[in-house]
Amino acid sequence: MTTPQKKEIVISVKNVIKNFGSRRILNDVSLDIFQGETIVIMGGSGCGKSTFLRHLIGSIRPDSGEVWMFGKNIAKASEDQMDEIRKKFGMLFQSGALFDSLSVGENIALPLREHTKLDNSVISIVVKMKLELVGLRGFENLMPSQLSGGMKKRVGLARAIVLDPTIVFYDEPTAGLDPVMTGVVDKLTMDLTKKLHMTSVVVTHDMNSVFRIADRIVMLHEGNIIQIGTPQEIRNSKNPIVEQFITGEAEGPISFVQKGDDYLEQLTTELKQS
Amino acid sequence: MNLSLFESIGGGTLSLLKETALVIKLFFQTLYWIFAGPFKKKAVSRKSFFAQTVFAGLDSMVIVFFVNLFIGMVLAMQSAYQLEQMGATIYVAALVAVSMTREIGPVLTSLVIAGRVGAAITAELATMKVTEQMEALETLSLNPVRYLVAPRFLALLFMLPCLVILGNIVGMYGGYLIGTTQLHITPGLYFDTTIRFLTLKDINTGLLKSAVFSMIISLIACHKGISTEGGAEGVGRSTTQSVVTSFILIILADAVLTLIFYFAKS
Repeated sequence: MTTPQKKEIVISVKNVIKNFGSRRILNDVSLDIFQGETIVIMGGSGCGKSTFLRHLIGSIRPDSGEVWMFGKNIAKASEDQMDEIRKKFGMLFQSGALFDSLSVGENIALPLREHTKLDNSVISIVVKMKLELVGLRGFENLMPSQLSGGMKKRVGLARAIVLDPTIVFYDEPTAGLDPVMTGVVDKLTMDLTKKLHMTSVVVTHDMNSVFRIADRIVMLHEGNIIQIGTPQEIRNSKNPIVEQFITGEAEGPISFVQKGDDYLEQLTTELKQS
Repeated sequence: MNLSLFESIGGGTLSLLKETALVIKLFFQTLYWIFAGPFKKKAVSRKSFFAQTVFAGLDSMVIVFFVNLFIGMVLAMQSAYQLEQMGATIYVAALVAVSMTREIGPVLTSLVIAGRVGAAITAELATMKVTEQMEALETLSLNPVRYLVAPRFLALLFMLPCLVILGNIVGMYGGYLIGTTQLHITPGLYFDTTIRFLTLKDINTGLLKSAVFSMIISLIACHKGISTEGGAEGVGRSTTQSVVTSFILIILADAVLTLIFYFAKS
């Protein structure tokens, strides 16, 4: 088991609060992420985990609080500073988010072309290497529309790591994949973390893959972190919300079924109004 | 929900103002990347610019050609119908030349381009937005305005006036066809009359208008694309809004510019 306390902190989130309109999405969230660990952020739909991830990549700014990464508070960084920080991390989007108008090879080469002075021949070698890494040798000339969902994600991953970032963010990397492909993507995540010493921040609600890849797990519920711990600690958690989430019971503290009285009232309010 | 009349008018005005502010902001951001970009070693991509030029210009030639040809012919016939009664059929040539270059050519060509290129831009950018590609660009430190908006803006700014020139020539040729075959004007006389009545100012006025229209088309199309929300339905909604807004603004800008030119001449 890793001992994260001794490791260097790469991302530090301090008291982040975010509201969308009158709805509070993140309620005073604080979290430290350490160098070289795979940290999984899990929680039900609408618990704020995607919003949290978007705070880490700087595409959403918090209403209050700080997000420290590479020595900068990205909650207050200028666009130019943000551009420099963004070059140091990669992001794998849920759908892969490949550019439709570019071929697989061009998609992966784009960050290199834009941010480095590398020669075309060097770029094409790097692209080949990254494709090999995600198990898609010889796919350079295909267009994204010709790929399956799993392939798109793997190309997206190749693009995310093409600038050799130190942190990679994953937004539901295994959603919509078959079990075998899920295993493949999970193994890739673990390989990258172990072999290239990257820090991985994964947002997911796929329980199988959570326990397979995580060094630490963060459970988010209604905008609050309710537990942080190793997979073992989470598995043995006595917190009823965590328990229900792991076992996937329909009944419990995370309730989608409304109480009978509320339901009756809700149904009849419109009648009363009219 | 029961909104009062005042509330809905107020809300509508407010959102209109907000959108206008966003389009103006986009305009300045685009200018920033075009002019300041090269100094920051982040110039607008030449490859992307040329690709857009081919799409907006070259690929639109056929449709611009046909629209202007037939409008030139219709214009000749309609004016001949009136001028015949005064025995002034020869002025058909002058009328076609001046109205094609000053008014019909730029406006009609721009409307066609708004429908063809503007809609395509919005649909493309909107799809990129709803499939996270826009966000992906940002996380790769590629500014969407520099990478997507600026090349499209420049391409249309260069190509629309070119298309208008083509449209002008073809439209006048349409008038010439009707004049020489149906109205018994000799080719030489038609040509002479056209040259005599057409001034460089007419052509310049039309070209200036078309440059303004090109900015309307590209900025509205890009803004609508970038601000799209809500999946496939949102893409459709944005595309429709983009074309309709461009149409209205082109006609509006045409009225304003014509007014300015009309008073500027005296």
